[in-house]
Amino acid sequence: MKILKTKQLEQLAEEYRKTAGRHKKTVTVCCGTGCLAKGAQKIVEAFEEYLDRCKVRDFTVEAVKKTGCHGFCEQGPLVVIEPQGTVYTRVKPKDAESIIEQSIGHDAVIERLLYTNPADGRKIEKYADIPFYAHQRRIALRNVGKIAPDDIREYIAAGGYQALAKVLTKMTPDQVIEEISKSELRGRGGGGFLTGKKWRTCRNVDSDVRYVICNGDEGDPGAFMDCSIMEGDPHAVLEGMMICAFAVGASEGYIYVREEYPLAVIRLKKAIADCEEYGLLGKSILGADFAFSIRIARGAGAFVCGESSALMRSVAGEMGEPRAKYIHSVVKGLYDHPTVLNNVETFVNVPVIINNGAEWFTKIGVAKNSGTKAFSLVGKVRNTGLIEVAMGTTLREIIYDIGGGIIDGRSFKGVQTGGPSGGCLPAALLDLPVDFDSLTEAGSMMGSGGMIVMDDKTCMVDVARYFLNFLVSESCGKCVPCREGLYQLHKMTVKICEGRGTEEDLIKMEKLANQIVAGSLCGLGKSGSKPLLSTLKYYRDEYLAHIRDRKCPAGVCKNLITYRVNPDLCTGCMVCVKACAYQAIAGRKKEPQVIKEDVCRKCGACVAVCKFNAIDVL
Amino acid sequence: MTHKLDRLPEILARHPQEPSSLIMVLQDIQQEYHYLPCEALQETARVLGVKLAKVFSVATFYNAFGLNPKGEKVVRVCVGTACHIRGGALIKDQIERQLGIQAGQTTKDGKFSIEVVACVGACAMAPVVIVDGKYHGEVSVGNVTRLVKG
Repeated sequence: MKILKTKQLEQLAEEYRKTAGRHKKTVTVCCGTGCLAKGAQKIVEAFEEYLDRCKVRDFTVEAVKKTGCHGFCEQGPLVVIEPQGTVYTRVKPKDAESIIEQSIGHDAVIERLLYTNPADGRKIEKYADIPFYAHQRRIALRNVGKIAPDDIREYIAAGGYQALAKVLTKMTPDQVIEEISKSELRGRGGGGFLTGKKWRTCRNVDSDVRYVICNGDEGDPGAFMDCSIMEGDPHAVLEGMMICAFAVGASEGYIYVREEYPLAVIRLKKAIADCEEYGLLGKSILGADFAFSIRIARGAGAFVCGESSALMRSVAGEMGEPRAKYIHSVVKGLYDHPTVLNNVETFVNVPVIINNGAEWFTKIGVAKNSGTKAFSLVGKVRNTGLIEVAMGTTLREIIYDIGGGIIDGRSFKGVQTGGPSGGCLPAALLDLPVDFDSLTEAGSMMGSGGMIVMDDKTCMVDVARYFLNFLVSESCGKCVPCREGLYQLHKMTVKICEGRGTEEDLIKMEKLANQIVAGSLCGLGKSGSKPLLSTLKYYRDEYLAHIRDRKCPAGVCKNLITYRVNPDLCTGCMVCVKACAYQAIAGRKKEPQVIKEDVCRKCGACVAVCKFNAIDVL
Repeated sequence: MTHKLDRLPEILARHPQEPSSLIMVLQDIQQEYHYLPCEALQETARVLGVKLAKVFSVATFYNAFGLNPKGEKVVRVCVGTACHIRGGALIKDQIERQLGIQAGQTTKDGKFSIEVVACVGACAMAPVVIVDGKYHGEVSVGNVTRLVKG
């Protein structure tokens, strides 16, 4: 069916709601990457298998909806009964039968599948009451986890493409840019550049051809927000791009998707094909004088391709090497034409701003940092998952109120934001508001939104070494400060981790790191020493412990630690003896074991299998 | 190693025969053969009108491409930040030890290859190992052994 007029869009939404309404209830199964890995597909199959066998009144297999990530990955697989909003956590395939019989057939709630609040042991039925969700504000993730992402009618029924219709029928390109400018929306990819200003610049360049590119490269390890949006709400990305294309006068667009996200590619391809079928992409969209097409460009695994000029080279089929940006890519970008490049999350904010107005948007968040930001909250935090909060929310609220604190009751040591281009922030900064400017000032950066929580068992020298190792292998090699400088920095961190470092090394490292910042061509090098500089600034004691005492306080750096059996806790069960590949553990049955230090390779196998926490890492 | 490249013409026909298709063509070849056979690169260069040197530079620039054949099962160990701080490096060491090869190599019997990957977007269940496309979360040094048994 081709939608030619705005009115038909509303009709379609109405019709779909009516057909969907014949099911009094629906079951939503989270099929985000996390839940899928925990067996969500098997749960869907169990529902299908049961419905195949038994008939249920007012309920068919079509009412079992596979959605994108619900966010609370820690508690997955997640199943939600709508419209009641009953949330079931850690669901197993065998639960499908009781869920249908009790919660669909009757209105019963299955207690044992509800979320238990660790604070007071109380069972909680609805997302809104679970602390993990109660402190969130979802705008970019508004549909993720709610709609079936592979059905365009679901998106339209949820109010999708209304902003596009509004733009095409009631607004001029200049008005669109004005509205986005007034909203003070800043680029969610990390840089925080004003989106409206970027669009304006692109529109003002004299050119016949302009491009719109969506950056779905999300190369920061430890971040999966954009992945979840592309998988869970692909049409919102497309709608944002279409509005941008109308505003700047582009007729071709690309979505650059990271190689490691095969499901995102499948979902986006389906969304594009559906839009073409419904007349939302192609010529004279919604009957207006506006033509736009979108193609997918798959990345091929290169972190540097998140950088604008490198990304555009990669789209053109070349090596992803950045260029010096005396002229910005918004003026001279893909194939040397003016190009708007925005991040996935930036684009999905656009339709909401158009629908609700810039004023509404600026009321969310804090001054100069309007709106919300999605984060992947991971690492040593209790409630890992995908979250979205208003700008200006403090780190403490995110880590403790939403994240539920540190796992195993351990103590908080730091949080890493901004990926390899960001830094680590210590406990003293827990009350820092999370927005673009505050994070940069503290020596980190917003980045695309990875938030990795670290506890006292995380070695900060090792973290710096880890990021430098990553950057050395991802540096494209074009400019010397980045290629050689990061290599030398990495070598020095390895030296410190191995217990061969000197205090002079620290001074050398700081000097070199600042030179790399000053001399590199692109963002990779310019911000690549941030993880090192921030850890040197906030965790210098830990570096000194490695250098002066030859100790790794966190128990991570292999050369500086010893594994020892705690005789008070060891039961002599011998499980560790079997697990050790080097025959480094010996002792009699039912008596405390002994680890031979000279044989032990510190692989961690014994610690992993010991049920009594009897092996200490000193 | 000689390789039957009978699928190559069809792969090349999927894309416009111009230099900008290079990455897409290489991705399809990689997907079909799990590596980039030398003969395929020569043919790609000829058909797309790109210098062979440039094809090689692109093929070696990106992590997704490999010039050596892969094993039947590819074990991808995530070493993203979230996996790293939850012990991903120990997991990688354990798999390397068990299979007797380093990351980037293939076992002599051609059954397993190990690859490291910087984040697969499943950080909430770190550390993650992907065997043959199947995701395994919350892996430990203790339970990883069963994932890579022939």
